[in-house]
Amino acid sequence: MDFSSLRSLITRYCTGEESWVDSRTVYIGNKVPPPGTEAYILQRFPDNRIVSSKYTFWNFIPKNLFEQFRRIANFYFLIIFLVQLIIDTPTSPMTSGLPLFFVITVTAIKQGYEDWIRHKADNAVNQCPVHVIQRGKVERKQSQKLQVGDIVQVKENETFPCDLILLSTSREDGTCFVTTASLDGESSHKTYYAVQDTKAFNTAEEVETLHATIECEQPQPDLYKFVGRINIYLDRNEPIARPLGSENLLLRGATLKNTEYIHAVAIYTGMETKMALNYQSKSQKRSAVEKSMNAYLIVYLCILISKALINTVLKYVWQANPNRDEPWYNQKTETERQRHVLIRAFTDFLAFMVLFNYIIPVSMYVTVEMQKFLGSYFILWDDDMFDEELGERPLVNTSDLNEELGQVEYVFTDKTGTLTENNMELRECCVDGHVYVPHAICNGQILPGAAEMDMIDSSPGIDGKEREELFFRALCLCHTVQVKEEETVDGIKRGIHQGKSTSFYISSSPDEVALVEGMKRLGFTYLRLKDSHMEILNREEEMERFELLEVLNFDSVRRRMSVIVRSSSGEYYLFCKGADSSIFPRVVSGKVEQVRARVEHNAVEGLRTLCVAYKKLTHEEYEQTCHLLSSAKLCLHECDKKLAEAYDVIEKDFILLGATAVEDRLQDKAADTIESLHKAGMKVWVLTGDKMETAAATCYASRLFHRNTQILELTTKRTEEQSLHDVLFDLSRTVLRQHGSMTRDIFSGLSGDYQDYGLIIDGATLSAVLKPTRDVTSNGGNYKEIFLEICRNCSAVLCCRMAPLQKAQIVKLIKASKEHPITLAIGDGANDVSMILEAHVGIGIMGKEGRQAARNSDYAITKFKHLKKMLLVHGHYYYIRIAELVQYFFYKNVCFIFPQFLYQFFCGFSQQPLYDTAYLTLYNISFTSLPILLYSLMEQHINMDILKRDPSLYRDIAKNSLLRWPTFIYWTLLGVFNAVVFFFGAVFLFDNTTFTSNGQMFGNWTFGTLVFTVLVFTVTLKLALDTHYWTWINHFVIWGSLLFYVIFSLLWGGIIWPFLNYQRMYYVFMQMLSSGPAWLSIILLIIVCLLPDVVKKVLCRALWPTTTERIQTKRQCLTAEQSTIFMLSQTSSSVSF
Amino acid sequence: MGKKQAGTGPLSRRPDNSAFKQQRLPAWSPSLTAQTVLPTFYILSLVCLFLGIWLFITVENTYELKVDYTNAGTCERCFDLRKHVIASKTPCTCTVSFQVPKTFQGDVFFYYGLRNFHQNLRRYMDSRDDAQMVGRKNNLKAPSSYCAPFDYDANRVPIAPCGAVANSMFNDSLTVMYNPADGAEIQVPLYRKGIAWYTDKNVKFRNPPTNNTFTLQQAFEGTTRPLYWQRPVYELDDTDSNNNGFINDDLIVWMREAAFPNFKKLYGVLNRAQVPFTEGLPPGNYTLSINYNFPVEPFRGRKELVISMVTWFGGQNYFLPIAYLVTSALILVAAVVLTMVYVKVGKYGKNMED
Repeated sequence: MDFSSLRSLITRYCTGEESWVDSRTVYIGNKVPPPGTEAYILQRFPDNRIVSSKYTFWNFIPKNLFEQFRRIANFYFLIIFLVQLIIDTPTSPMTSGLPLFFVITVTAIKQGYEDWIRHKADNAVNQCPVHVIQRGKVERKQSQKLQVGDIVQVKENETFPCDLILLSTSREDGTCFVTTASLDGESSHKTYYAVQDTKAFNTAEEVETLHATIECEQPQPDLYKFVGRINIYLDRNEPIARPLGSENLLLRGATLKNTEYIHAVAIYTGMETKMALNYQSKSQKRSAVEKSMNAYLIVYLCILISKALINTVLKYVWQANPNRDEPWYNQKTETERQRHVLIRAFTDFLAFMVLFNYIIPVSMYVTVEMQKFLGSYFILWDDDMFDEELGERPLVNTSDLNEELGQVEYVFTDKTGTLTENNMELRECCVDGHVYVPHAICNGQILPGAAEMDMIDSSPGIDGKEREELFFRALCLCHTVQVKEEETVDGIKRGIHQGKSTSFYISSSPDEVALVEGMKRLGFTYLRLKDSHMEILNREEEMERFELLEVLNFDSVRRRMSVIVRSSSGEYYLFCKGADSSIFPRVVSGKVEQVRARVEHNAVEGLRTLCVAYKKLTHEEYEQTCHLLSSAKLCLHECDKKLAEAYDVIEKDFILLGATAVEDRLQDKAADTIESLHKAGMKVWVLTGDKMETAAATCYASRLFHRNTQILELTTKRTEEQSLHDVLFDLSRTVLRQHGSMTRDIFSGLSGDYQDYGLIIDGATLSAVLKPTRDVTSNGGNYKEIFLEICRNCSAVLCCRMAPLQKAQIVKLIKASKEHPITLAIGDGANDVSMILEAHVGIGIMGKEGRQAARNSDYAITKFKHLKKMLLVHGHYYYIRIAELVQYFFYKNVCFIFPQFLYQFFCGFSQQPLYDTAYLTLYNISFTSLPILLYSLMEQHINMDILKRDPSLYRDIAKNSLLRWPTFIYWTLLGVFNAVVFFFGAVFLFDNTTFTSNGQMFGNWTFGTLVFTVLVFTVTLKLALDTHYWTWINHFVIWGSLLFYVIFSLLWGGIIWPFLNYQRMYYVFMQMLSSGPAWLSIILLIIVCLLPDVVKKVLCRALWPTTTERIQTKRQCLTAEQSTIFMLSQTSSSVSF
Repeated sequence: MGKKQAGTGPLSRRPDNSAFKQQRLPAWSPSLTAQTVLPTFYILSLVCLFLGIWLFITVENTYELKVDYTNAGTCERCFDLRKHVIASKTPCTCTVSFQVPKTFQGDVFFYYGLRNFHQNLRRYMDSRDDAQMVGRKNNLKAPSSYCAPFDYDANRVPIAPCGAVANSMFNDSLTVMYNPADGAEIQVPLYRKGIAWYTDKNVKFRNPPTNNTFTLQQAFEGTTRPLYWQRPVYELDDTDSNNNGFINDDLIVWMREAAFPNFKKLYGVLNRAQVPFTEGLPPGNYTLSINYNFPVEPFRGRKELVISMVTWFGGQNYFLPIAYLVTSALILVAAVVLTMVYVKVGKYGKNMED
């Protein structure tokens, strides 16, 4: 120990300043350490207040306003509003101020409410009492007042108030059990250990006397990584240094179980706890629709600016004649005359901008956001996606991406737990080539009396018997499974068997549970871990005890784990189990060939295989191992690397024992779902950490690969034979030849029998492909392009042996390829988080491997099969809904503003608005907002059952097809056409004639009202023409908003409004309605406006029908014939639930 | 057994199975196909055709006559006189003769028309104070700033009615004389009232409060007349004291600003109580005599007298009948094209469905 502390001292002083910044020193109990040991540097740490709220009472208004105006749209409207306030503009500031105020207020209220809830939650947490040891006594303190260095006492079932280092527990062995269900969803009990030298201090008085300091790294968000060192000062001697690892660190949010109390010292508090660091917000994802919406906005902004510029220029051209500039009847004031012409021109430009600014409506953003927010509830409410077994509904973490679900081109899916159930059963084990099959398989439960076994290969002989038992013992010992004597696991009641209380095996890895349970069925029962002794009941019902010395935990890089145990007879064993690829190279003896053959056979069957090996250690070897490990654990710097090196040294020269095969069943309807996704034109890639054969078998089972799929392999096996370069070119040649003939086939109409390809690539080859090549000249570029070319022509791709980061890399690669396809990643485990975050849409599966994936995802579902409805039905609906919403919004504002633009040519470019202020303000807010909002929530162009049955319909909307430029231009031109029709129709009607029966004349406000009435009706009826799904709600809002317009206009013109200074609308609407020709022209203009769109629709439907339209027509024929039957079935289906 | 019990817990989170939440509300799903659209088109085309013909006949029987008197007849002199001095007090009268070719049957309306006069300039339009004109006492002497520069006169006395619109009120007075071939000249009798919207005259425009002892003139005390006016607002009509102040018909007509630079406003309605006007306006020679005050030369404008018959459909306006006829033709063309497409593609389309 002296040596190690000396070394640590040396490293401490040699590594220099920088490493100091990265670590912190905590004085336990906030006591000054004995003098002379070290300078007492007072470090300041934040208190234990958790602040998840964004605002305080005081800064809410300024901060919230600031954040809202950072959005470009809000800022634009603010500028318009300010311009209206400052200069003399045609419309009152109210017209843009009121909607903006409305939008800002609604958003602020929503955010304020959310923040208030967060405040309440924060307060509840911050004020909950904790027990702190001060002056040898237990005192209550508010959680938020906890300081780093305080010694905290936590009782059973209490949650840890901050990140703590365990000093002592009520148990003698210094262990405690913790569940981290609220952190990562794993409900298993994990064991944490107190520091060996402090575990004796287990009363309040004793802990008070402890003098120690802790040095540890500054807070990191990784939940499972921690390195530190505790220096314990006993009797003024040199301090004793002990390593601290994540097994000593109790995380905030975890709960103490099965332990009476513990004492622990706070090291990370408040916002520095690992939990708080993990709740950082994710980066915002933006959907493709939003991107095209922004492109349209830019186009409209250009239109707006050019309109204003044209009008400004024309105004000055027109005014070149002084009589027009200032006719005698319209004289300017003195100040106006003196204003410089440039200032006047600029003011005019701004005024035109204000006049036309409605072309980009505030309400579009609000409507889009409301549509997304409200629309996402349909996913939550969907009964088909409710999981009865788990009692879980889908989760919507962000509603911004609803429509993106309808645009997916690539699906990246994890295998284990996503395609498969992650419900493991031990199918067989193979010891030296002898195969054992435990029958009476009953998953997750230990059936009494099932301890029989089937020996396929009988009579293994005496030596074989010994090996066999060693194999079973190895599996019973080499794991991190815990025994739990409760009935509820994961919130699911698993039942009680014959009145006896049962024990369950719990582990973070379901494979291990399957193995240990399988062993139980084969006669070796793992009982418990007691006083660091593992107890096993062997076939003869005898208790065997092994002392557990070291656990070399599993990690995904090594892909194996080991334990070192000492048997009761004093022999040291190292047992190791892991993936075949990581075991075989380390094996020196054993029946490698037979085992390998069996492993490969099993892998082809789609089973998960593990190999088991062991070696005996002498006492010296054990000592050496211990030393290696403890020195690796003790360091602060690059600890992981050193540990990995140590493991690498220890885990070698094994003797192979055998292999196991665990079956992971495919999820319900996984194959059906994958087939549907294929038919919908999506490319499905499976990314898995599993070995190639297993993964390929799953792919065949899930019909990702068909029997006639030609498999292209891009694996290490092949690249060993040929160079990567050659393999790649070979493959691309094969694929491209096919591709060429395929296009020919399409022309000749014989595309039915083309070969489809499946690609298998493994992690190692992938990283070789992705590595930028150094000699660019030799092959003329990157392998990446060739690889992508191959992938593009394969219907399915399987990537096996993937590290989590590689999954994300693949997604990124596809995302960045030249078509910029929309990607979706789906997975259930922590290893899928990186890919979920990377993909355009990330979907988490609430599965067995915790909630991490679900928490980081955009949407979470319970089963893979729900993806089908999510994409084919919800995604499709959301996409067509939002596409119509966006296009319609631009269209209706072109219709709205273009007449104003045309009117400028008649009123001497004087910025005279055509419509009254109230109409300008309310057009987007109330006259035309609800029908489109409801349309965008309710529209179903095709029945959802058909969408589900016929996945190829999904191709109709692929590649953002409803928001392409031609469609956009069509809508805009339609808007311009309509505007021209309303405006000139009204102009000719007003052309210097009377159209009342009493000879009285109408003024400009009547003109504007006439145009506006035609506008509101046309725009609403256009939407009615587009609606395919008329529920009573649609009827209500469409006819209701027209009625509202009429009633509002009657009211607005029916009263001399006392608070207004202008009364220009008084009786205008009613006078207009009293005129016959006004009615006739309103009806005529509406018909003329809608005519071209109707003709276009009917023609397109007849001549170039899309698949969607064909199905609509077909359905209509059907409903016409069997309308009664259909109605009956529909009513009965809605009643029966 | 155990499973069933366990099932009750998780199921509590099950979403409501209502038709709305499951997006299965009963709905009517129409789609625009040839079968539904074609009959509508043919019917619509027919309806438009009949409406168009009917309107056309109506308009054909409506006559309108325009007499431009800007510088016609003896008005050349007045035209020159009004060319430069805008607010000239010198009176000028002139006459223009014209002919009515056909009898204007029934009610005949007399309008004054202005060309190239932009009543729709924004600053001009805003240059009025409705609060003043609806008779709010406080606003009478505090005209809105929109009225500038016609809000106060040089002595800072508030103007009533303020603003450019009222200031530029049309102030020619027109008299039409009928010259029958056999007899003396008869003045064509005109009603000069009832030419404004009923609601404007009786509800919207209000004078400041008066009573028996407190005359209109006193009510307007402290204000001055608009710069270009020759009379104050409370003396606009000599003949009828109830037609003075803000509720003067001519003022109200003028205050309803026209939408376009060429417009006409109602001046009077033929009084048919007297022979020979009982049937309407007889054909023959007429003389228009004008009290020429309103200058139009500065803005290259024209002034005219418009005499028009008015039916239920209003004046002579060929737009609507023609528009209906054209629309009818367009719909018919569209319907024929669609029918052709439907006949041709129909079979093909059916095949595709199978």
